[in-house]
Amino acid sequence: MFRAIHVLILVFAVAAGLMSLTASAQTPEEVLAAIKTEAKNSSPAFQGFSAERGERFFKQTHGNELSCAACHTENPAAAGKHAKTGKIIKALAPAANAERFTDTAKVEKWFKRNCNDVLDRVCTPQEKGDVLAYLLSIKN
Amino acid sequence: MYFNQRKILSMFAVTVLLMSGAMSAAHADDDDDDEHMPSARNAVWQSECGSCHVAYPPRLLPAESWRALMSGLDKHFGSDASVDPAAAKEIGAFLEKNAGSNRHATSGKPILRITETRWFQHEHDEVSARTWKNPKVKSASNCAACHIQAENGNFSEHNIRIPK
Repeated sequence: MFRAIHVLILVFAVAAGLMSLTASAQTPEEVLAAIKTEAKNSSPAFQGFSAERGERFFKQTHGNELSCAACHTENPAAAGKHAKTGKIIKALAPAANAERFTDTAKVEKWFKRNCNDVLDRVCTPQEKGDVLAYLLSIKN
Repeated sequence: MYFNQRKILSMFAVTVLLMSGAMSAAHADDDDDDEHMPSARNAVWQSECGSCHVAYPPRLLPAESWRALMSGLDKHFGSDASVDPAAAKEIGAFLEKNAGSNRHATSGKPILRITETRWFQHEHDEVSARTWKNPKVKSASNCAACHIQAENGNFSEHNIRIPK
């Protein structure tokens, strides 16, 4: 009886583990589609994302000392460096680093942190989508 | 039978005592900062704290300092380093459990920077000003510039290479 309960618990644990894996493992295109839904919902005037606008946003400063490119460099297919600590930051463009934009929670965490550092506010879905469209346009 | 059990138990006790004696002898010539001891590790701490800088070993600050740091992660030395509540709870508990002593505390306010502890300054008093200014070092927070095994929690003097 106890054995059966143990087996049942194990099966549940494995199933839950697999479910959480499939929930977090995504493609950058899926992440972009989710941001698009968010953008449509937040603005009725939404007209799609622009890689060119994303590139300008990425490379310019927004009132603060740092831009996105300050740490990720002007070439997101190359490794960057943390502006303060000097720690190496792996390439951001998915073509150069397959791990990028494959985990929604991680994407949201870093957009929140880095937008607060660069713009002193969170980014709009439009801005996030433009940047991701730019990063996806980069071929390694 | 009863006698045998007692005999085994007492032999075990003697062995443990001998082992602990040998271990404390091995540490006798060490300084009191345990820098050769392997650091305590935790996967969430490693990935969250280690993404912008070396995941600094918990023993380098007292528990009160870690508590103060963890309560202000959204403004972490000028950066937003906030983590989700579950991660914050796990990291905070890990840091406090393995924190160092606060015997070097100088004032009532907890020290937030490891580089401001008297221990750090004493350990690094032979490092020249030129080395600190080297662009390859960049900042005293960049442990791995000289401590080549810092990522693995190893700060032994045998693993120091000062960049030229």
